[in-house]
Amino acid sequence: MNLATRWRLALMVAFVLTLELASRLAWIDPVSFIPPSRMVVGAWQLLRSGDYTDDILLTLSSAALAVVMAVVAGFAFGVALYKLPRVRRVLDPLLMSYYAVPIFVIYPILIVLMGLNRWPLISLGVLFAIVAMAVNTLNGLERVPRVMLRTARALRMSPLAEIRLITLPASLPFVFTGIKLSVVYAFIAIVAGEFVLSGSGFGYRIAFAYNNFDNPSMYGLMLLLLLFVGTLNMLLHMAEARLYRRMSRAAT
Amino acid sequence: MGPLRKPGTPLSVVSANPTSPAGPQIHATLTDVTRIYPGSKGRPSFHALGPVSLNLRAGEFFSVVGPSGCGKSTLLDVMAGLNPASSGSVIFEGVPVHAKVPDGVAVVFQEDATFPWLTVYDNAAFGARRAGLPEPEIRERVEHALAFMGLKAFTQSYPAQLSGGMRQRVCIARAMVVRPRLMLLDEPFGALDQQTRLLMGDEMLKLWRDTGATVMLITHSIDEAVLLSDRIGVMSACPGRFIETIETNWPRERDSNTALDARFGELTARVWGLLRGEAMKALGSQT
Repeated sequence: MNLATRWRLALMVAFVLTLELASRLAWIDPVSFIPPSRMVVGAWQLLRSGDYTDDILLTLSSAALAVVMAVVAGFAFGVALYKLPRVRRVLDPLLMSYYAVPIFVIYPILIVLMGLNRWPLISLGVLFAIVAMAVNTLNGLERVPRVMLRTARALRMSPLAEIRLITLPASLPFVFTGIKLSVVYAFIAIVAGEFVLSGSGFGYRIAFAYNNFDNPSMYGLMLLLLLFVGTLNMLLHMAEARLYRRMSRAAT
Repeated sequence: MGPLRKPGTPLSVVSANPTSPAGPQIHATLTDVTRIYPGSKGRPSFHALGPVSLNLRAGEFFSVVGPSGCGKSTLLDVMAGLNPASSGSVIFEGVPVHAKVPDGVAVVFQEDATFPWLTVYDNAAFGARRAGLPEPEIRERVEHALAFMGLKAFTQSYPAQLSGGMRQRVCIARAMVVRPRLMLLDEPFGALDQQTRLLMGDEMLKLWRDTGATVMLITHSIDEAVLLSDRIGVMSACPGRFIETIETNWPRERDSNTALDARFGELTARVWGLLRGEAMKALGSQT
C-alpha cells in the first residue's frame, strides 16, 4: 500500500468517524441523518429480512441487461460509424451533443410504448449508455496506428483476421473505457428512473423509505447500492489494470 | 563494436553481386511506374511519383535516396503492392504485382509496428503463424531471429519494456522469420539516433548476407545509402524519378567501417552533388 492509498483510506475513515460523532452528538439533525453505524445495522437487517431481495435483484438484473445491450449495440454502432465515414459526418454533431439532452424526459413516452414494467427503465439505461460505448469504440478504432494496419496488409491478412488479431486488441483500452462508462450510466438511469416512477426496485424502495421517514432502511439501501456499484467498479478497474499492465510504457 | 580498420587499408574491390556471364538475374522490375492521386471537388490531382523504371537484381542491396516528399515511400508501397500504380507495371519474380503484397516479400516500416499486447516472441512469430507454419518450425526460426537481433534475453518481454531501437529489431525479426526473398525497408532506422543507426546498419548487412535476400532500402540519409548499398538510386524532387543509379562496388563482406574508406567520401559527395539541387527544389515547394 503506498502513501497516497494510506492517506485516502485515513481520509475516508476520518470522514465516517466525523459523521458518526456529529450525528451522535446531535450536531446535525438526528431526524434526517442517522449515524453510519446504524446505517450498517439497517443494511444488514434489510438484507437478512429478505424483504428487499426481489427489489435488489430486479435492479441489478435490469442494470446488467442494460449494460449488455448497450455494450453490444454500442460496439456495433461504433464499428459501423468507423466503416461509414459519410454517415459519421452526418451524425457526429448529434452524437457530440447527445448528452446535452436530458434523456429522462422521454421516460413517459417509453412507458406509453412498453407499459409500466421493467422495460422502459432498461431502455432508458441502454439509451443513456449506448452513445458512450459507441463513441469510445469509434475513438479506439480511429487510434489504431496506421502502421499496424499496413503491417496487416503486408502480412496478407484477411479483413476478418485483421479485425480479430490487430484492430480489436489495439483498440481494447478505449473499448474498455466504453464498457466502464456504460456500467455507470446504466446504473444511474435505472436507479433514477425507479426513484421517479416505478413500483419496484432499489430506487423505488429508497424513495418509499424516504417518504415514510424510515431512515434505517433508506440509509441502509443507499449504503448497499454504494457497496454494489463500488465493488463492480473496483472489479472493472482491476481488470483494466491487468490489461494495461502489459501495454503501459511504465511497465518494468 | 569490433576494432576499427586502419585508415588507408584498401578495400578489395569485388562486385557484390554474384553475376552470371549472362549478367545479373533480375528479381523485380518496375516499368514506367507512376502514382497520381486523383483530385476531388476542385482540388487538383497530385502527381507523387514517376515515371520510374528499375531492375532490382537478385540478392543486391539497393538503396533509394531522395529529398523529402519526393515519393520514396510511395515507390516502396507500389513495389510492395500496398499502393497501386497509376500506370506502368510492377513485376516480382515474373508475376505482376497488383494491390496485394506478393508471397516472398516482407516490409519493415519506419514507425514502430510492434504489437504492444504481444510478447517479443509472439511479435516475432506473428507473420510465420499467419503463414500457417508448424509451431516447432516457428519456434526454431523465431529463436534464431531473436538471437540474431540480440533480443534473446527479451523473448518474454513486452514492447513497452524495450527501447525504440530494440522494438525496430523486433519488427525486423518478424520480417526475417517468414524468410522473405525481397525485403523492403521504409526508413526503418529513421527514428533512431545516429549511433544506433550505424549498429542497425551493420546488423542489416549481416542479415542480408546470411539470408541472401534482395533488399531495397528507402532512406533520406546519404551516409546510410552509401554505407550499406551495392547500388544507390538517386531520386529527383517530387514527382520522384531516378536521376542516376550509382554502383558502389563494395565487397559483400562489409560493415560500418566502410566509412573510413576514401571512396566513401567520394561517393557521398557524388550523391550529394546530385541531390543538392533537388533538395533545394523540395525545400522551396514546401514553403
